[in-house]
Amino acid sequence: MSTSTEQLSEQLAATTLLRFATAGSVDDGKSTLVGRLLHDSKSVLADQLEAVEHASRSRGQEAPDLALLTDGLRAEREQGITIDVAYRYFATPRRRFILADTPGHVQYTRNMVTGASTAELAVVLVDARNGVVEQTRRHAAVAALLRVPHVVLAVNKMDLVDYQESVFAAIAEEFTTYASELGVPEITAIPISALAGDNVVEPSANMDWYGGPTVLEHLETVPVSHDLTACHARFPVQYVIRPQTAEHPDYRGYAGQIAAGAFRVGEQITVLPSGKTSTITGIDALGESVDIAWAPQSVTIRLADDIDISRGDLLAPSGDAPATSQDVVATVCHVADQPLTVGQRVLLKHTTRTVKAIVKEIPSRLTLDDLSQHPEPGQLVANDIGQVKVRTAEPLALDAYADSRRTGSFLLIDPADGTTLAAGMAGESFVSAKAAADADDDAEGWDF
Amino acid sequence: MTTVAHVHDTTDSPFALSHLDSLESEAVHIFREVAGEFERPVILFSGGKDSIVMLHLALKAFAPAAIPFTLLHVDTGHNFPEVLEYRDRVVAQHGLRLHVASVQEYIDAGKLRERPDGTRNPLQTVPLTEAIQQHRFDAVFGGGRRDEEKARAKERVFSLRDEFSQWDPRRQRPELWQLYNGRHAPGEHVRVFPLSNWTELDVWQYIQREAIELPEIYFAHEREVFARSGMWLTAGDWGGPKETETVETRLVRYRTVGDMSCTGAVDSDATTLDAVIAEIAASRLTERGATRADDKMSEAAMEDRKREGYF
Repeated sequence: MSTSTEQLSEQLAATTLLRFATAGSVDDGKSTLVGRLLHDSKSVLADQLEAVEHASRSRGQEAPDLALLTDGLRAEREQGITIDVAYRYFATPRRRFILADTPGHVQYTRNMVTGASTAELAVVLVDARNGVVEQTRRHAAVAALLRVPHVVLAVNKMDLVDYQESVFAAIAEEFTTYASELGVPEITAIPISALAGDNVVEPSANMDWYGGPTVLEHLETVPVSHDLTACHARFPVQYVIRPQTAEHPDYRGYAGQIAAGAFRVGEQITVLPSGKTSTITGIDALGESVDIAWAPQSVTIRLADDIDISRGDLLAPSGDAPATSQDVVATVCHVADQPLTVGQRVLLKHTTRTVKAIVKEIPSRLTLDDLSQHPEPGQLVANDIGQVKVRTAEPLALDAYADSRRTGSFLLIDPADGTTLAAGMAGESFVSAKAAADADDDAEGWDF
Repeated sequence: MTTVAHVHDTTDSPFALSHLDSLESEAVHIFREVAGEFERPVILFSGGKDSIVMLHLALKAFAPAAIPFTLLHVDTGHNFPEVLEYRDRVVAQHGLRLHVASVQEYIDAGKLRERPDGTRNPLQTVPLTEAIQQHRFDAVFGGGRRDEEKARAKERVFSLRDEFSQWDPRRQRPELWQLYNGRHAPGEHVRVFPLSNWTELDVWQYIQREAIELPEIYFAHEREVFARSGMWLTAGDWGGPKETETVETRLVRYRTVGDMSCTGAVDSDATTLDAVIAEIAASRLTERGATRADDKMSEAAMEDRKREGYF
């Protein structure tokens, strides 16, 4: 056993979890970066490395191909490309990481949307020789659209531009300007060479002009929790727990995961969409009775009154309840092969509530390359991003996605075969985010 | 740009959840989603540590009410007696209902044939999928984790299977936010993996934190074993050792618990949870690489079995 006791106890200490996503074009070196993060954090174990070496040799490659660590499907290995999102896990003494490893191809925008939807940080890779290209803009736009709170620009292959500060500075400035206009709140640019290991885990000896963190150091220290007082508290009811046993004859608890903010015993809440009110008499946090609970804890809430509440209802503080509406305006990313058309009947899944809906309008489709709007496209096809207006059969308590990633997001589902058609984000589209920010400079913090 | 001012550093935020609390909360959310959306869910329960953790999470998710699910075990006929004893004891303790699908019965009835290599692990697929059809289960919880294997890294939390239980990795539904889509046609079902985002170390740390009881074979003990394909297999009626293989008594424990014919023991003197965790944290081998013969069959062994309906 080579690990010392101190190292071990550090590694096992209570740590937080950071979910992040990587995005990069085909040859930007994303697999190498992921491989290096895994390898240098000692998350690649001997038998995995042996398997990669064996497979590389049998393909006639001289050096182990680290992409084989991450390309898990037969078709991916055959084609040498990443087709689908994969999730990777690694840890340092300071933090645990869940990495959504998303493919970079244009036709897989939906996969980057998938990876970014749960990410608190996105790493966008560019090749230092090429600078900001179309695909980089697309990745920045998706990160902005999905409201990923932190974006890292990793300027890769610095070894191929003689580690010149001016090359890095120009790319960083161009990207930061572009991404800020899109509304990305925080951008950190890091010059790296994933192949040589510069500034990935270890600081680079070749770029003493750079005084910032390495990629791993930034991942370890980036803040992931928000001030709960800035969030609107939201609790979608998942399931009603009623034991009806001799021991618990009258227990009735509303089980769910707090989507945003915090709830306290004694607080007055409103049930949506019914509008009925009651008071929280108890919160059970998986076996422990508590006075306060916050996102994203899974809890069971008990109320003073026996009112009609079921799966799909939303509890919110009476002083801060969202409005309900049957008309949803949203930006969607179309994720299915079959198109989404005006007049189509769909199901809309929002938190724990699924309702019938109809697509009333598709006012515009976004061209990600130059962020231009194409009016009235009539339909959206796979990987399209567009605005939609949807009428629902029942009122929904939707927040703006800008206020709450959890209660502002929804799925459109094909009622015929259950296919997930589109990922929806309620409220104003991100392209108007800048105008909105200018108009409302003291906007509240993003909630995620 | 105003958002930054509202952000707390993780180190000073009183509201940051530990990684185990985050994983627990997410898994409980998944159990409750299934309870809310499906008619006939079932938990695959083998008595192995992952399914034991699943059961523990399900108990917490619905407390103080009972778990609204039944259990299903695919018994290969070569399971460890200690694990079967544990299984039956836990089922009785929580008043649960257990279905058992028996590989031995399929072999005896001539519906399955013993493999030349003696391993029964791949034979589980048919009894499993037939049990799902027979009982009309529409959601089947499995303890699979994405860190186990590279094909599993591609698995969704809610994974739709057709009427033949087949997995098509190229036709998976994108999984966005925490909005799980469980829609399925009659005959289809959804495999659900609440431990998707857990690692082996997370599972062990959680077992320790929650003081969950495990079958004894997870801790170091003396056992009669013999070497095959670089692993220590338990000697027994299931078909080992062969004439050329010799039995010896060693101090070993198990990292995974599957079928006796394909699950190897590792040399270990770890008799406590602390020692087991220290051993795993320092190990340079993955759990499956160290102890599972079935994954070594080919580069795509897991993907191929999953395509056929394996869990």
